[in-house]
Amino acid sequence: MKIITAIIRESKLDEVREALIENEITRITVVRVSGHGQQIDEDIYRGKKVVPNLIPKVKIEIAVNDAFVDITVDTIMKAARTNSTGEVGDGKIFITNLEECIRIRTNERGGKAI
Amino acid sequence: MRVTIRTIFLAILLFSLSALARAGEGPVVDTGITSWMLTSTALVLLMVPGLAMFYGGLVRTKNVLGTMMHSFAAMGIMAVLWVVLGYAMSFGGNVLGGWFGWNKDYFFLKGIDETIMEKGIPEYVFSMFQGKFAIITPALIAGAFAERVTFKGYVVFIALWGILVYNPLCHWVWSEGGFLYQMGTIDFAGGTVVHISAGISGLIAALYLGSRRGHPKTSMPPSNLVMTLTGAGLLWVGWFGFNAGSSVNSGLDTAQALTATQAAAASGAIVWMIIEGLHYGKATALGFASGILAGLVAVTPAAGVVQPAGALALGAIAATLCYLTISMKNKIGYDDSLDAFGVHGIGGIVGAIFLVFFMRGDHSASDVISQLGVQSLAVGIAIAYAAAGTLVLVFLIDKTIGLRSGEKPEMQGMDASYHGEHGYGMLNLG
Repeated sequence: MKIITAIIRESKLDEVREALIENEITRITVVRVSGHGQQIDEDIYRGKKVVPNLIPKVKIEIAVNDAFVDITVDTIMKAARTNSTGEVGDGKIFITNLEECIRIRTNERGGKAI
Repeated sequence: MRVTIRTIFLAILLFSLSALARAGEGPVVDTGITSWMLTSTALVLLMVPGLAMFYGGLVRTKNVLGTMMHSFAAMGIMAVLWVVLGYAMSFGGNVLGGWFGWNKDYFFLKGIDETIMEKGIPEYVFSMFQGKFAIITPALIAGAFAERVTFKGYVVFIALWGILVYNPLCHWVWSEGGFLYQMGTIDFAGGTVVHISAGISGLIAALYLGSRRGHPKTSMPPSNLVMTLTGAGLLWVGWFGFNAGSSVNSGLDTAQALTATQAAAASGAIVWMIIEGLHYGKATALGFASGILAGLVAVTPAAGVVQPAGALALGAIAATLCYLTISMKNKIGYDDSLDAFGVHGIGGIVGAIFLVFFMRGDHSASDVISQLGVQSLAVGIAIAYAAAGTLVLVFLIDKTIGLRSGEKPEMQGMDASYHGEHGYGMLNLG
């Protein structure tokens, strides 16, 4: 079992979610975050250009069984890219191991509970 | 000198005569009416930030500033235009066959610096009061095409719309030389001039420019209903200036208009609440606010001519028909994003037409029918003219400088794309 964490543009959230649902990945957690990598975001404040340090993004977390890792990653990548070549700021995906998953309602554990 | 009664009498007489002589020719300022009209002017202007908050809370966070700027920009652009030539075009004498008016004294308002009107108010006050209506009307239109227009295109659009659509319509209905005025159209505070014209223009523009990207599949819920309700409150209070101020008086008709305004707003609100409660089992805050507006819009043409019972009726009818229009909109699928047509267009039509059945005083059936004819004609003309004018303007502006947002700016959001700002800043960081 793995957790797929993707940090994507705010404006891409709906597209990514729709694409995931189309590929039958329907369980997801979404959080608003701020951060920066290579991307720089300029604001104009009282006649001065200001470069905020932190840029609003969206983080999505999906717990998947190993068989679903590739399809999930591919779906997210296709939907979250700005266009076919992509642009700085499109985001990143992290895959981490998931040690245990438990359904609170029924106490099921493991792959079934995902 | 001993002060006798005769001396006092003569002194008073002399003082009064000299006061009259000092006043010069023309009416004297009636401070009662003038102070109310000054207040009304301020109240109506307050409605514009109120509208900004109402609309701003209904859009997504990435578009809040862009949406509020639609209202604020109108405060700047329309007011400047009004001073330069708007007042002249709206309230000057007929030119070009009565298409609009003109009066060289009204150009830059330069000739009315000391004018006091017959009613006893300085003409500046009347002009500024009317100018507030010219400001809010295009701001209403913006609700129809929210979240998908360029700021540059919008600014040019409202300037041209104000000159070519609003000023003539205002002239026809409210200027003594206007042909709809002379026909006997009843439009107390702007049912046709403001709400029908804005509603129809919004609808035409929304249809021409197309829906928002992702509509209707993508969920686009309001981001800040707290701000929307606050805006609705400001609008309700400001509307007392809008309607009661349109009596251009501070007297009985003012009081009648104020009472009708309150009654219709309340009636619209609770009827919407009841309908929604029966339909969905829950009465939403947004529904309540929409009902308030529906009632206020409907009573706008009627505020001075209906009694409270009639105002309650107009509010109820408007809430019902506006609710139905919005349900129909969801089924048909067009994107009148913030219901400019659904509330202002339909509400204005309801008020303008149905007021004939609730007019104060004794009216024979034939009186009512004849007024119904006049109202229908005025409504029809307003709809046709606003629709045609808007279609031409939207087409020209979109083809030249661009009015519809491109895909990338629309996705990124108006705040960042057109204003270089973030309305809600870094919410995560507190």
